Amino acid sequence: MNPAVREAEILVVGGGAAGLCAAAEAAVAGARVLVLESDLHLGGQLVKQTHKFFGSKDEFAGTRGFKIAGKILDEMASCKDKIETVTNANVMGYYPEDGVVTVMVGEDEYFKVKPARIVMATGAQERLIAFPNNDLPGVYGAGAVQTLMNVYGVSPGDRVLMVGAGNIGLIVSYQLMQAGVQVAAILEAMPNIGGYWVHAAKIRRLGVPILLRHTIKAALGDVVVEGAIVRSLANGETFKIDCDIICLAVGLSPTAEILWQAGCEMKYVPELCGYVPIRNARQRTTNDDVWVAGDAAGIEEASSAMVEGRIAGLDAAASLGYEIDESRFGVYEERLKALRSGETASRIRAGLARVSANGFLGGMTSDGFQ
Amino acid sequence: MPLIERHPILDFKHDGKVEFTFDGKAMEGFEGEPIAAALHSNGVKIYRETPEMKRPRGFFCAIGKCSSCFMVVDGVPNVRTCVTPLRRGMAVLTQRGRGSVSIAEGEARR
Amino acid sequence: MASSNLPVDRSFESGVLNGECPGAVLPPECLWKKKKNGFALIECPQRIPCNPCATSCPAGAVRPFADINDVPRVDYEKCTGCALCVAACPGLACFVVDLTYGEDLALVKLPYEMLPVPSAGDEVDCVDRTGGVAGRGSVVGVSEPLKDHTRVVSVSVKKDIVSDVRAIRTVN
Repeated sequence: MNPAVREAEILVVGGGAAGLCAAAEAAVAGARVLVLESDLHLGGQLVKQTHKFFGSKDEFAGTRGFKIAGKILDEMASCKDKIETVTNANVMGYYPEDGVVTVMVGEDEYFKVKPARIVMATGAQERLIAFPNNDLPGVYGAGAVQTLMNVYGVSPGDRVLMVGAGNIGLIVSYQLMQAGVQVAAILEAMPNIGGYWVHAAKIRRLGVPILLRHTIKAALGDVVVEGAIVRSLANGETFKIDCDIICLAVGLSPTAEILWQAGCEMKYVPELCGYVPIRNARQRTTNDDVWVAGDAAGIEEASSAMVEGRIAGLDAAASLGYEIDESRFGVYEERLKALRSGETASRIRAGLARVSANGFLGGMTSDGFQ
Repeated sequence: MPLIERHPILDFKHDGKVEFTFDGKAMEGFEGEPIAAALHSNGVKIYRETPEMKRPRGFFCAIGKCSSCFMVVDGVPNVRTCVTPLRRGMAVLTQRGRGSVSIAEGEARR
Repeated sequence: MASSNLPVDRSFESGVLNGECPGAVLPPECLWKKKKNGFALIECPQRIPCNPCATSCPAGAVRPFADINDVPRVDYEKCTGCALCVAACPGLACFVVDLTYGEDLALVKLPYEMLPVPSAGDEVDCVDRTGGVAGRGSVVGVSEPLKDHTRVVSVSVKKDIVSDVRAIRTVN
């Protein structure tokens, strides 16, 4: 079998917040872009978000996430002759020797792409924590629960125990209540919530307890979840919570396999939640043909993922000789700086300082840095 | 679990109803939604049984990465039902063990 | 242990404002008592990158942010109690309390994104920051200022519970 080889000047791997912004930016600059998305539709995590985004007007503050996805898709539609998108498409491999990317569409179709440049916007994967019965049906990732209820309109269950009080745990708890699902409690091992305080306040006033210094000891049930044993980390006391769904919101890890295959220099950065590529201020990795943006570059917020995507798309287009307005980099960098200047972003700042340890980050031109 | 009929923010378009079977039992879902979502809305939570420990497995990551929701769909095992669209008349089976495909069957599909 | 006996958690660290923390600076009482339409209260004690309260205020009463991470501060000379911030705030952290509504009654305008949507005249449970019932209230009006599904519910409550009421729960 000799599968078709598709052409693209810029291949964007991942059609979520970062990838779509990269595609829009590159296409507006004039480049021909191919976007590959593994899900059945574009938009990534944005399409599941019913809450209004934070940030400033530039990041669509005050607009609900799923509406933001629509706005970026509209922007892409304005240069649709430049952008091709394929959904349900998984990148299976990247061969740096000849620059070929192999792709599966669904379970049957296979093709190759030979792009001039690649923006990796592969996002993240949810983490799992270890406890007895954590494989029982009914123990679901928080993102999976969001997909089920907010994209497909299927109620995940009757009563949920949420594990993790970061932004995802807090937001998904609120969304569950909007979908008519009870939230029994939110567990958080730390002595304080990890997410924004206002997200917690929204949930608390609806009567949902947030149990700090508590964790899940075991899921109960023979073939599906019927409850959970919860343990206080403060005094060791255990008790039972009735629930039919245990929702895990215990963090994300960057999806980095293709970046490894591309030979990008990687570094383990705990503040960014895993292995991430070393890159310059324009999101270009140590593989000169590869850029990275969004959660694949380190777990952060959708607002900053969108800006990183724009920088990556613009720089990738510029590297192909497309004329761009250089001043836009400054605008985007200022936005990122603002988004990352608060106390809640101190972890991100520390992490970014580590991927710039060898001087890659900051002050680099789009011409590369090797 | 039922469909969400009313939501304060979202409008769901539940249209394009199709029939499919789960372990031989007739069910209804919506064309193009993931098979796993269709099963969940029919109250089905167990999608496969692991090869050695015989543990039940179901929906988990919803992004085609974790292998928890592998099922046998139209005779093909290890189908990621969380990212495989439902089509009219699909025969979906609980997967027991690793699943197998004979070469003859593989050729017959072409 | 029964699931109804969940242990009490630490309040502020889990999202419940209490008297000791900054972020809920009450309006000066002398102005507030006489202010028709009420004043905005913004319960946003944490520096996060978010500014719609300031950018959406038609009166310029939420002081402009020098840094997008600034915590909002209300200029009570300018606040008209219009409740646009209540509708705009992504964190649902803005409320308006009008102490002039009646002899014993105050009007609380709060954000609402749940179902069912109440109607004017409905009796509702008014709940505090942990979901406990602070008292009954009567819905005076429901609006959707930004036409984006965030409702602003105006509910009249006894004056002595205005500092507790932060949400409503519909009753059958």
